[in-house]
Amino acid sequence: MNASTRSGLDSGSGTLRPCSPPPAARDKDIGPIRALSAFLVAALAAFVLILAGPARAQDHAALVQRFATESFNDIAGAVNGLATSGSPRAAPVIEALRDGRLVYRAGDRQVFIRRPDNSFVNALTGEPAADVGTTRPVRLNNNVRRAIDAAVGALSLLHPDPARRTSAAEAVFKSRDSAALAALDAAIGQERDPRIRKLMEEARAAVVVANPQAAEADRIAAIGIIQRRGDQDALAMLGSLPATTPPLVREAAESAAVGIRRTLAVWEAGQNVWHGISLGSVLLLAAIGLAITFGVMGVINMAHGEMVMIGAYTTFVVQQTIRTVAPGLMDVSLFIALPMAFLVAGAIGVAIERLIIRHLYGRALETLLATWGVSLVLQQAVRTWFGPTNREVTTPSWMSGSIEIGHLAITANRLAIIVFAIIVFAALLLFLKRTPFGLQTRAVTQNRRMAGAMGIRTNWVDAFTFGLGSGIAGLAGVALSQIDNVSPNLGQAYIIDSFMVVVFGGVGNLWGTLVAAMTLGIANKFLEPYAGAVLGKILLLVFIILFIQKRPRGLFALKGRAVE
Amino acid sequence: MLNLKSKVLGLVAGAAMAAGVLAAPAKAQETIKIGILHSLSGTMAISETTLKDVMLMLIEEQNKRGGVLGKKLEPVVVDPASNWPLFAEKARELIAQHKVAVTFGCWTSVSRKSVLPVFEELNSILFYPVQYEGEESSPNIFYTGAAPNQQAIPAIDYLLSEGVKRFVLEGTDYVYPRTTNRILEAYLLSKGIKAEDISTNYTPFGHSDWQTRVATIKRFGSTGVKTAVVSTINGDANVPFYKELGNQGVKATDIPVIAFSVGEEELAGIDTKPLVGHLAAWNYFQSVDTPANRDFIARWRAFKKNERAVTNDPMEAHVIGFAMWVKAVEAAGTTDATAVRRAMIGIAVPNLTGGISTMMPNHHITKPVLIGEIQENGQIQTVWQTPGTVVAQEWSPHLEGSRDLIADHRPPMNCGNFNVRTGRCGGAQR
Repeated sequence: MNASTRSGLDSGSGTLRPCSPPPAARDKDIGPIRALSAFLVAALAAFVLILAGPARAQDHAALVQRFATESFNDIAGAVNGLATSGSPRAAPVIEALRDGRLVYRAGDRQVFIRRPDNSFVNALTGEPAADVGTTRPVRLNNNVRRAIDAAVGALSLLHPDPARRTSAAEAVFKSRDSAALAALDAAIGQERDPRIRKLMEEARAAVVVANPQAAEADRIAAIGIIQRRGDQDALAMLGSLPATTPPLVREAAESAAVGIRRTLAVWEAGQNVWHGISLGSVLLLAAIGLAITFGVMGVINMAHGEMVMIGAYTTFVVQQTIRTVAPGLMDVSLFIALPMAFLVAGAIGVAIERLIIRHLYGRALETLLATWGVSLVLQQAVRTWFGPTNREVTTPSWMSGSIEIGHLAITANRLAIIVFAIIVFAALLLFLKRTPFGLQTRAVTQNRRMAGAMGIRTNWVDAFTFGLGSGIAGLAGVALSQIDNVSPNLGQAYIIDSFMVVVFGGVGNLWGTLVAAMTLGIANKFLEPYAGAVLGKILLLVFIILFIQKRPRGLFALKGRAVE
Repeated sequence: MLNLKSKVLGLVAGAAMAAGVLAAPAKAQETIKIGILHSLSGTMAISETTLKDVMLMLIEEQNKRGGVLGKKLEPVVVDPASNWPLFAEKARELIAQHKVAVTFGCWTSVSRKSVLPVFEELNSILFYPVQYEGEESSPNIFYTGAAPNQQAIPAIDYLLSEGVKRFVLEGTDYVYPRTTNRILEAYLLSKGIKAEDISTNYTPFGHSDWQTRVATIKRFGSTGVKTAVVSTINGDANVPFYKELGNQGVKATDIPVIAFSVGEEELAGIDTKPLVGHLAAWNYFQSVDTPANRDFIARWRAFKKNERAVTNDPMEAHVIGFAMWVKAVEAAGTTDATAVRRAMIGIAVPNLTGGISTMMPNHHITKPVLIGEIQENGQIQTVWQTPGTVVAQEWSPHLEGSRDLIADHRPPMNCGNFNVRTGRCGGAQR
């Protein structure tokens, strides 16, 4: 929950109370921030030497006072002015502004920095200010943030932390601020990491290409460097040249852009495949439990989606408990949630089987209606218990963000889900093929009466198989809580897709389910850019209907009770 | 024995008397019934439940002040369960069976379209609190949410002033986004934006796999021309959308997203750190720092017994609508629908952002337009606002067919869609 950060009114009101981050985050943040601030001051000193521009006190005073305004343009102007002023007091001021700690007094336009411990220093002199009275924060918008990014970028090119240097180089690449050229040259000379040095060279090329004063030959050479970078940012950079650019440079930029677009088109297909696999893994997770219950028992379980939903809510409850009991375990909360979700959903599955479904074996329509009713009951129970609003499930830090492989953006949460789906699939396969219970399950699937005659207690196998299928749906719920909304309706969104996958793949066949999930996922993702999400889905449904006409038993038909 | 009998008799008599005492004032004191028609279950429960609660709070407060016309107000809550035809049935039940004087309700445009004929047929009043696509003005509905020119058009103006030249119009596939985007496309073309610089896309309700869309938006935005996304995505599909934006690293400083249906309530479910700087256009933000708003938030939190309860724009619309209705009833001296409808026009009440909202003859209210940026704490901070309030254009001047229509529910015109070219009224007239 972002509960403790939710002090909305305060940020706007006269008396400033800090929008304090949650305790865990605070402990983590303060160290790096202090280090950064110390570093920024040092870096700025170096920057001053590079520019050899001695600061003049009155200029600095005038610049700092420009922050005491409500106008975003003035604030952005002040940031730019301050960044190039060479004043050693610039870095703390800009940094405070970025973190929302720069405040001003409306009466006399005095600007202060609020320190993390809530004391104030005068932004102009750096001296502590005792009684600042009522102040307002200096406000930020996207223009101001862009100016800050550019300023901080130029200032942290020499930062000891490689991640900071990387983002600094990216910031300069985007800002193309020619004032940063000297700092870039100095940084490139010192840089040991070849990856970061390449980024810095690209940033330098961007500065040169965008600089109208640079020699044409230099600019064209720089375009070559940008073309080798070859990503969407490079494309944006080349496309942003103003109309006044000399024709030779423009031509070079345009032909480079054409080249980049051609390469990117290939990568785009790769990206589609990746998205398709990702969607396929979600479908697989949602459908695999159903493949078991539907395949083994022939039960059309309309409450399958609700098992997924219960798994997601279990994740929520586990995380709530961890938050109050052991906040340090938050990053591993999902691993604790997995067995819990399996047990909770599995237990509910067994209960449903024992109480309702076993009385309805062989009556498909009644089973369908009864499980549909169960799904409504479960939904409303969850709605009454947890409330109708969505519950927030925290994403562990290792599941946010993305990594770039070539020009593919691989998002961490999707990657984790694909890996998880593969693990669940493999574990289930092993379980069914290599354990006594798996053997019994397969025996009941293939010939119930014969299995019974061999001494297998078929009705217990039924109950456990149903529990297993439901438990796996619960596992899927843990995964889906990371990419979808945890609401009572969560399951409904997946039940149709799950049936689609199972029917398409062939009832009761795990490999069929895998192939069907991946096929539908990838086909969907290739259709979506052309047909749109709605039409894409319709096309797929039509395709499956036609396919089922041709092969009523799906891709991989199974012989067994389902055939009877 | 006798003693016991008399004791029993005494008890019975006492109970009867007590019952009589209790029953008497209830019978003598008539109440004014107020219908609340918001979904308390189903997909829309997420948004509408708070609106029911805010109405209960307003009614309770009004009763503490002595009610209206010396009578207490009595809320009648029904649950249309996010089921559009059921909205019409429940509306009929409220008006015909419970005899409510006024109804506050609906969220989606489709639910409003479903109840409209009922309110017109039975001549009752509905207050509709949500921003919508316009192209409607019923004599029986008072629209306290924003029309497109009170939200969408100013938002586009803001983006244009920020130098945005390329637009992605991303919406959920139903009437509000489609109509709004039709208006916006026409408006953008009239502002000199080229057709190839506008990309429109729709996704179904509850869409959760945004990978392809966000990748496409990134690609569309990488031409070097400043690009923005105008989002009419509705409901909880917003949460995975913003998560995907964060994960794929689409920053507000590169491609800002301006949303028309994302408020404080929706943001409560997301980690907003990667979203800082993305925009929202509304007529009210919880962060607006006025005495009226501070007071309202304090009352709301006390009522909900939750120190972190958030407020949002449709809630403010109900606050304004309810205050207007009370004033109109007091001015008319009756709760009779026709009299109250006449009295409503011209009623002005203070809104929560420090201005005055007035009910105009087109049954829409004047509102200020605020553009805000999402902050780290999930609040939205105003970065731009109209100098005063804006009068609603219920019939968009940017659309063929609605350009010539006006609404004026005052006599002698009494018409919600008067065609100034043909001089004829096209719809319900009272």
